[in-house]
Amino acid sequence: MMGSIFNVQQVINGLQTGSIYALIALGYTMVYGIVRLINFAHGDFFMIGAYASYGSFFLFNSLLGAKGGTLAFIVLIFSVLAGGAVAAVTNRFAYRPLRYKPKLSSLITAIGVSMFIEYFFSAFPPIGPSYKAFPEILPKMQIAIGSATISNYTLIDIGVAAVLMIGLTVLVKWTPLGKAMRAVSQDKDAAKLMGIDVERVISWTFIIGGAFAGVAGLLNGMTYPRIFPYMGIQPGLKAFIAAVLGGIGNIPGAVIGAYIMGLAETFASAYNSLLGEGIAFAILILVLLVRPRGILGEKTADKI
Amino acid sequence: MRNLRFPRLLAYAVAFYAVLQLLAVTGVFNGYIMHIVNQSLIYVILVVSLNLINGISGQFSLGHMGFAAVGAYVSGTLTTIIWKLAPDNPAAIVLFIAAVIVGGAAAALVGVLIGFPSLRLKGDYLAIVTLGFGEIIRTMLNNIDYVGGPRGLLGIPKFSNFTVIFIAAFLTIVVVRNLVQSSHGRAMLSIRENELAAELVGVNSTKYKVLAFAIGAFFAGIAGALLAHLIQIAHPTQYGFMGSVLVLIMVYAGGVGSITGSVIAAFGLTFLSEGLRIVIDSLAAATGLPIGGEWRMVVYALLLIFIMLFRTEGLMGNKELKIMVIEERKA
Repeated sequence: MMGSIFNVQQVINGLQTGSIYALIALGYTMVYGIVRLINFAHGDFFMIGAYASYGSFFLFNSLLGAKGGTLAFIVLIFSVLAGGAVAAVTNRFAYRPLRYKPKLSSLITAIGVSMFIEYFFSAFPPIGPSYKAFPEILPKMQIAIGSATISNYTLIDIGVAAVLMIGLTVLVKWTPLGKAMRAVSQDKDAAKLMGIDVERVISWTFIIGGAFAGVAGLLNGMTYPRIFPYMGIQPGLKAFIAAVLGGIGNIPGAVIGAYIMGLAETFASAYNSLLGEGIAFAILILVLLVRPRGILGEKTADKI
Repeated sequence: MRNLRFPRLLAYAVAFYAVLQLLAVTGVFNGYIMHIVNQSLIYVILVVSLNLINGISGQFSLGHMGFAAVGAYVSGTLTTIIWKLAPDNPAAIVLFIAAVIVGGAAAALVGVLIGFPSLRLKGDYLAIVTLGFGEIIRTMLNNIDYVGGPRGLLGIPKFSNFTVIFIAAFLTIVVVRNLVQSSHGRAMLSIRENELAAELVGVNSTKYKVLAFAIGAFFAGIAGALLAHLIQIAHPTQYGFMGSVLVLIMVYAGGVGSITGSVIAAFGLTFLSEGLRIVIDSLAAATGLPIGGEWRMVVYALLLIFIMLFRTEGLMGNKELKIMVIEERKA
């Protein structure tokens, strides 16, 4: 029994799920690191990314006849733009006015924004509440590796996630914006005194996080070809748990957490579907009880 | 002799009850309106009890409907079994009330279990854990075949009526009000304002946080039990995250910490919701456009966002109407 659960195939599936979670979890953790807000609407940026790629596929394929790699690139750009734009707008109009109000009011606003996006999408006639079949953007192929067969989509998911994560590391470590982001997350007021435009940095953080979620939406749509307005809730919640597991606010932590989540969930679902559904919350409660700051999180003391 | 005055709140409640009952008997309020009144009263219980946890003790909980689910399923299962064994039992109403209280007690037990993580967690972390607990309860109900799984618990006897629900709502208000204005309630308020400072003056924050969860969960369980016996079904989707958020919206719309606000918001938003349903249906009928019921939730979401942006303290802030304040006895 155990042998059939822990095999190469499952590990690859787990890495694939983990890659999608990682892209979403990065947005959560970056935003939390910089403004200390759980952005409940982040899962919906993921959903919007999926719908944007769905729409742009039909726009460019049927109307303009784009195909293959060009089309895939255009769709990718649209998912990035949609995710980033929605994140920027949400930040500007829903979160920024509450920046210096009690933290819980932002959290409740975030729940409101999430609800608004989901219900607006399902109420808006051209989109509607029903499932839509996601098109096959690139031809699907099966590749045999040893005893396992994997799809080229799996490789795309893992590869795109890896490239983006390397890109983010470079951005955060070696660019002026990254330096500013790190400064703001350490001390907003001191950063302001050093001449950093804090609101601009926060905006960019939301945009980058939203763009990552948008790409995750595209990858998820390709892999599990079914999209609907509430598709962001579950992955969003699980990616958030992954971010907490890794230590919220910590970028490498979010990635580690996401891969652990992806693997744990794949193994658990292979064992028992109910366990697969519940393992995320079990991990969350365990982490919060045993090590609330997560794997890589730093210990913070309450200031008196 | 002690100066015993007829408590003002009871007087208002009796008057309110009499007016509504009169309207129902004379047929001014038809069955549909009375159903909405019943639902509003159930929301009063849910909102006031969530306000005790969120507003008064400051422990942000996002899983309130999880407690209601426990109450609904426990009491629903009990009455269904009893009803099958002994149909038309003359003591049915007594058994029903007992089942509702057992449902509430079961929910309170779960509330204590959830109260314990709250000892270590604050703010948004606690919100996520309570959300997780709510989802776990929903997932479990979805998978336990004995209580119907995804079909829901069907065939619950209809025992709830206006009188029973009204009394339950009134008792909830009285208990929470008296609690808030007692030394225990003051201790809870002090934890909300500053937990560390509260501990430094000798408030046992552990005890009061768990107590708030237990009492809040107890009444949520009662509300769930009454709802199940009103609509004769308990379904996992009723008790999901969205359900908890609706109760949360009412707490914030009414004003965090204000019981008066909670009561007004529960009635106002339940009626607003039904009103929106009618407006949207007639709009759809008049224009022939496919305007779906989701627009109602869009309006709700916008309402929540606007409350937070423009009136963070809600309708009543943390003020109470005079009838909610306990009168001081003259010696």
